[in-house]
Amino acid sequence: MTQAGDIGSGGRRPVLTVHDLSVQVATDAGAKTVLDGLSFDLMPGETLALAGESGSGKSMTALAIMGLLPKPMARISGGSIRLGETDLTALGDSGYRRIRSARVAMIFQEPMTSLNPLMTVQRQITEVLLEHGACSRREAPARALRLLRNVRLTEPERRLSQYPHELSGGMRQRVMIAMALACDPEVLIADEPTTALDVTVQAEILDLIRTLQAEHGTAVLMITHDMGVVAEMADRVIVLRQGRQEEGAPVRELFARPRTDYTRTLLAAVPRLGTAPDRPVPSQAKKIVEVDDLSVRFNIASGLLNRTVARVHAVEGVSFHIREGETLALVGESGCGKSTIGKALLGLVPWEGSIRIDGVQTRGRSRPAMRPVLRDIQMVFQDPGASLDARMNVGDQVVEPMRVHGLASGSELVDRAEWLFRRVGLSPDMLSRYPHEFSGGQRQRVCIARALSLSPKVIIADESVSALDVSVQAQVLELLQELQEQDGLSYLFISHDMAVIEQVADRVVVMRLGQVMEDGPRDAVLRRPQHPYTKRLLAAVPVPDPTRQRSAIPDFAGVEMDSPVFPVGAAPFRVDLQDLGQGHRVARAETPRP
Amino acid sequence: MWGYLLRRLFESALILLGITFVTFVLLYLVPADPARQIAGRSATAATVDNIRNQLGLNDPLVVQYWRYLTGLAQGDMGRSYLQRAEVSSLIASRLPASLLLMVSAIVTELIMGLTIGVVAALRRNRPVDHSLMIFSFVAISAPQFVIGILLLYVFAVQLGWFPIGGYGTFAHLVLPSITLGLLGAGWYSRMMRSSMIEVLNQDLVRTARAKGLSKLRIVAGHVMPNAILPIIAMIGIDIGLFMSGIVVVESVFGWPGIGQLAWQAIQRIDIPVIMGVTMVSATAIVLGNLIADLVAPLIDPRIKTK
Repeated sequence: MTQAGDIGSGGRRPVLTVHDLSVQVATDAGAKTVLDGLSFDLMPGETLALAGESGSGKSMTALAIMGLLPKPMARISGGSIRLGETDLTALGDSGYRRIRSARVAMIFQEPMTSLNPLMTVQRQITEVLLEHGACSRREAPARALRLLRNVRLTEPERRLSQYPHELSGGMRQRVMIAMALACDPEVLIADEPTTALDVTVQAEILDLIRTLQAEHGTAVLMITHDMGVVAEMADRVIVLRQGRQEEGAPVRELFARPRTDYTRTLLAAVPRLGTAPDRPVPSQAKKIVEVDDLSVRFNIASGLLNRTVARVHAVEGVSFHIREGETLALVGESGCGKSTIGKALLGLVPWEGSIRIDGVQTRGRSRPAMRPVLRDIQMVFQDPGASLDARMNVGDQVVEPMRVHGLASGSELVDRAEWLFRRVGLSPDMLSRYPHEFSGGQRQRVCIARALSLSPKVIIADESVSALDVSVQAQVLELLQELQEQDGLSYLFISHDMAVIEQVADRVVVMRLGQVMEDGPRDAVLRRPQHPYTKRLLAAVPVPDPTRQRSAIPDFAGVEMDSPVFPVGAAPFRVDLQDLGQGHRVARAETPRP
Repeated sequence: MWGYLLRRLFESALILLGITFVTFVLLYLVPADPARQIAGRSATAATVDNIRNQLGLNDPLVVQYWRYLTGLAQGDMGRSYLQRAEVSSLIASRLPASLLLMVSAIVTELIMGLTIGVVAALRRNRPVDHSLMIFSFVAISAPQFVIGILLLYVFAVQLGWFPIGGYGTFAHLVLPSITLGLLGAGWYSRMMRSSMIEVLNQDLVRTARAKGLSKLRIVAGHVMPNAILPIIAMIGIDIGLFMSGIVVVESVFGWPGIGQLAWQAIQRIDIPVIMGVTMVSATAIVLGNLIADLVAPLIDPRIKTK
């Protein structure tokens, strides 16, 4: 902290200098260089973004600076990291401890798992203060409270005595930031700080980081895969690829005149709102999926006799249809019920109302009676790694649905598997491999092949591209579109990402707390949104264009607070959709709940 | 909280009722005849039958069971067939010794098991870890009577540090507690090791390190509390393991507890005593689980007692 005054005096000396940094990771096949000769300076008060796809070495850089590389697998194999006058690579364990949080602090991607679930917020914050001797034990609680006020946490007094699981994702990230800034560090490293958060919460957190940075003059090293976040936050950008610097430039220059091919492809792959080509007006084709007045409620039991005391109204009176060859997008933030609708369509959760798949009512069907229906409707999930069986080769997994439904056997299955693999752009000689031998994008192709094996009419894609790198994401979206054109498939595309939705959807349904806020043709909903919630969602999307000024996010009272949990007997106020013509419907202004 | 406690106590009572039924039926089905045991080898058939009538052993199973249950409800566990005493007073006179042994064995196994587990996890895949895990493997696999006799031979007979057997002073307690606790120590050290390793790889440890905390503070303040959570539920179940161990260990060390009482009763088919000891140990297991479930939310705020 002794250097702080020196740097604050306006000298243009970098706070952090990384020079020719290399990191090696030990693998079975010997040492592998995951970061190769990276150099940069971080100036006081500046935001430098390290951008890149998975495996680019951006997180390794952050961990190397923090001295947190996973030992003994990873080690710094060359180069230096200087923080002011201190050479960090030469520091011992106890020396490094005095640097961490005091001079360089870090916030992480997963605010849920990054906090200790067994400690109150107050203890987790005061722990940092006390460890670095920033204040006395007596002053600590007051300091913690001030820090929570600083990060604009609502009801800060109450938060102090709460545990992480009692806070929402956005609140937890605010607590992380409060902890990181507790000792007023010179450098803040933010490793994908908003990737796990909803888009409106992301906007708020990014805004908070910017504000605090301005107030404290902290230098920020922003690590992200999201070019939208880069454009909004960074002064300068370094694009990393496979451990090497691909390109480094001031942010406007990089977006306006990318010098390398890789940066150009990276930028081109980023979905941008408002750039998708016009879609023909939805046809009058046959309705494949008809959902009418669908409700899904989960009971919460408590007390001596385990009586139901409350219900989660996960989905409440939702109606929509999907036509043949059409893509309907369900969009909303976490907890809005969009995934639950997907599960209800497959009969995976108990539901009420009416669901017809290709004219067949699925209500009240037993598991065996659901089977023929499931041939028409299949699902592709978010995490392809977790939705494949690690101990079964992919060929068997792809045709397993056919075997289960008794549609083929023996050599026919092999032929079918090869055909499916070719369709999704994989080579048939990969059929005998296991999931861990594939990349994330390839795994998602395997999942798509599996979903296609029964020749369904509808595929539910639940956040199917959210976990993929942008360039891979673009390829998978392209594949989905090709399949749709060839087979007339219908998609229910569930996503939180407005830009992706704009690319694929014919029609859009915006959901919040289990109810439809607005629905209609894509262009109507995304380009002429009527409901304040839709407007807020759209305004919060980071725009990958550094020259554009972010418009203020319209406020929508109590977004983070509202919950779909109601005591037995009470029910949410059902919103009423008003028709604006051409199938564009919007919820009437919400009246206060009874 | 009180609603939860009431419900759990009610459930526990049901479980114990089930256990009385199962044990009773099993003992009824045992081919040996307690009346013949009492009467002795030379007794005539008439004498044996007389005894059977006296003890009510000729009544149908349902009648016998009902008689037992109504007695139990009034706190009467019956009379021993062979010792002229009430079962309840037999148990009451021996329970304190067994409880003392059990508590000190639990303390022993937790201290040994958790320490070994923590040290092994912090030194994982190094010689210290390997030797500790070999030790725990031996502790788990060696039969308790072998360990008991070995400890007796080395520390009592050869070195003379501890008395060979009996009950009364702290010195008497040491060897039986270690013998009884060693098995659990082996289990706990393995569980604690893997639980620690899991938590050490979690994001919260990375955060703690990024805060600049000292290693001791990270391990003691963040890792251990999280790692110990799955162990707590185990301690409740563990009491069941103790009950079987106590029979062996009490015999080896001549410890006057209910284990010895049970051993004698089983040999001579003293049904009321067997039932009594079974009920006491079943109650201990049920209560142990209940206590473990009540303690867990005190450590983990995410667990709600519903």
